[in-house]
Amino acid sequence: MSDAPMVRFENVTKRYGSLTVLDELNLDIAANEKVSIIGPSGSGKTTVLRMLMTLERINEGVIWVDGEPLTHEQRNGRMAPAGDRHLRRVRGKIGMVFQHFNLFPHMTALANCMEAPVSVLGLSKQEAEARAAELLDMVGLADKKGHYPIQLSGGQKQRVAIARALAMRPKVMLFDEVTSALDPELVGEVLNVIRKLGAEHNLTMLMVTHQMGFAREFSDRVCFFYGGRIAEQGPPDKLFNDPENERTRQFLSAVLEAG
Amino acid sequence: MNIWDWFYVQEALPYLYRGAVVTVQATLLGFAIALVLGLVFAIIRHAGGPLVSRAMAETVEFIRSTPLLLQVFFVYFVGPQFGIVIPAWIAGIGVLGIHYAAYCSEVYRAGIEAVDEGQWEASTALNLSPLRTWRVIILPQAIPPVVPGLGNYFIGMFKDTPILAAIAILEMLQRAKNFGAENYRYIEAITMAGIFYLVFSLVASAIVQAVGYWLNRRYHLT
Ligand SMILES: Nc1ncnc2c1ncn2[C@@H]1O[C@H](COP(=O)(O)OP(=O)(O)O)[C@@H](O)[C@H]1O
Ligand SMILES: [Mg+2]
Repeated sequence: MSDAPMVRFENVTKRYGSLTVLDELNLDIAANEKVSIIGPSGSGKTTVLRMLMTLERINEGVIWVDGEPLTHEQRNGRMAPAGDRHLRRVRGKIGMVFQHFNLFPHMTALANCMEAPVSVLGLSKQEAEARAAELLDMVGLADKKGHYPIQLSGGQKQRVAIARALAMRPKVMLFDEVTSALDPELVGEVLNVIRKLGAEHNLTMLMVTHQMGFAREFSDRVCFFYGGRIAEQGPPDKLFNDPENERTRQFLSAVLEAG
Repeated sequence: MNIWDWFYVQEALPYLYRGAVVTVQATLLGFAIALVLGLVFAIIRHAGGPLVSRAMAETVEFIRSTPLLLQVFFVYFVGPQFGIVIPAWIAGIGVLGIHYAAYCSEVYRAGIEAVDEGQWEASTALNLSPLRTWRVIILPQAIPPVVPGLGNYFIGMFKDTPILAAIAILEMLQRAKNFGAENYRYIEAITMAGIFYLVFSLVASAIVQAVGYWLNRRYHLT
């Protein structure tokens, strides 16, 4: 079990109508591995995360998490599409942070982080509050517990969102362009939190990002998506310094030119 | 003969008062049904599968596109032919409630659809149950902004209560008319009824505004 990947995409295909967004994707991510996904807009990066978070159903293939199928379950000795109960159980191992934060606007930062631990994990109010306070402290927002999202800057909101996801103690964390909606001067504080997470927690991390510098410095592996497939993947040094695929080269030079 | 005679005002007052009580009771009970049932309709519409959701939409459309009076007649007069006898009071309030539930469900639906898709996604990502998602995440954001829309139907229903007279419920306006017929004097009773409707509507819209304001503040939506 220990050398089984934490996440496995096995021949996963996703279509919207006649548009094939992901085409027989195969991708293994080891426990504790940090993987960055880069690629042009529309190449299917977000879709990969959304399928893993079960926000989208897949059309073909199987996704595995922590040694068991996420998208399927055994029923009468056969693999059948996962039912709600199965989805809820396996999905508990995964947390996600969104580009647009998606904080609950009618709850304080603290309440945002307490809601799911209380109502899903069954923690007592005190336990959940202690956990939430500790995480808000970890992301540098100990003094913002009682603030509502509207009272926070973009960077602060995103840090609350990270704390909220962590409060569920996931094994896998997904980040979808979590700094793209931020003013440039606020990007650093969010990336610092992610760095800290990587260093201090046993987390498998999968992030879609346009921050090439960060992807390079932070990840163990970078996957370049093109047209619903992984066109090239490898250690960041190799992929950024010496890409083999022509498309990767074009993409990187376009991105670097844009600064 | 005076145009306006305070004698008749005095005479009509206790008689109309009992009608006013009926009107207010019918409005409050009917609207309570409309609020709850309308929400149920809206949630079924949103959460049901394609078939259920479609059936709900058609039902709402059907209720909205036939006259309230016809629906009242149908339940009260056609029902008994099939052995379904419903007391006038229950039939009247029930039909008012269901009729306005159809309208309210559209208001709720607008509120629900205005909630950002990301709220649903975050709820799924945090593994909240569907019930919890509706109750704690979606509805507290969906309802406060549409309180004015619901309030309009509250007042609309109030003004539709004279329809209850058609099934022999002595509400306010019917009593005003009866009083006029008995005394060969309409002006005082009908005017008093008019004033009553006006005052109630004004008070009701003030209450609706206050509730809307309070809910929006309570959930920090403004
Ligand atoms: N709900 C949807 N319906 C139809 N097409 C979609 C939907 N979501 C995404 N797509 C399409 O799928 C493709 C991949 O989208 P996405 O994964 O968001 O790309 P990326 O994150 O790499 O920019 C795009 O062409 C997009 O238009
Ligand atoms: Mg995207």
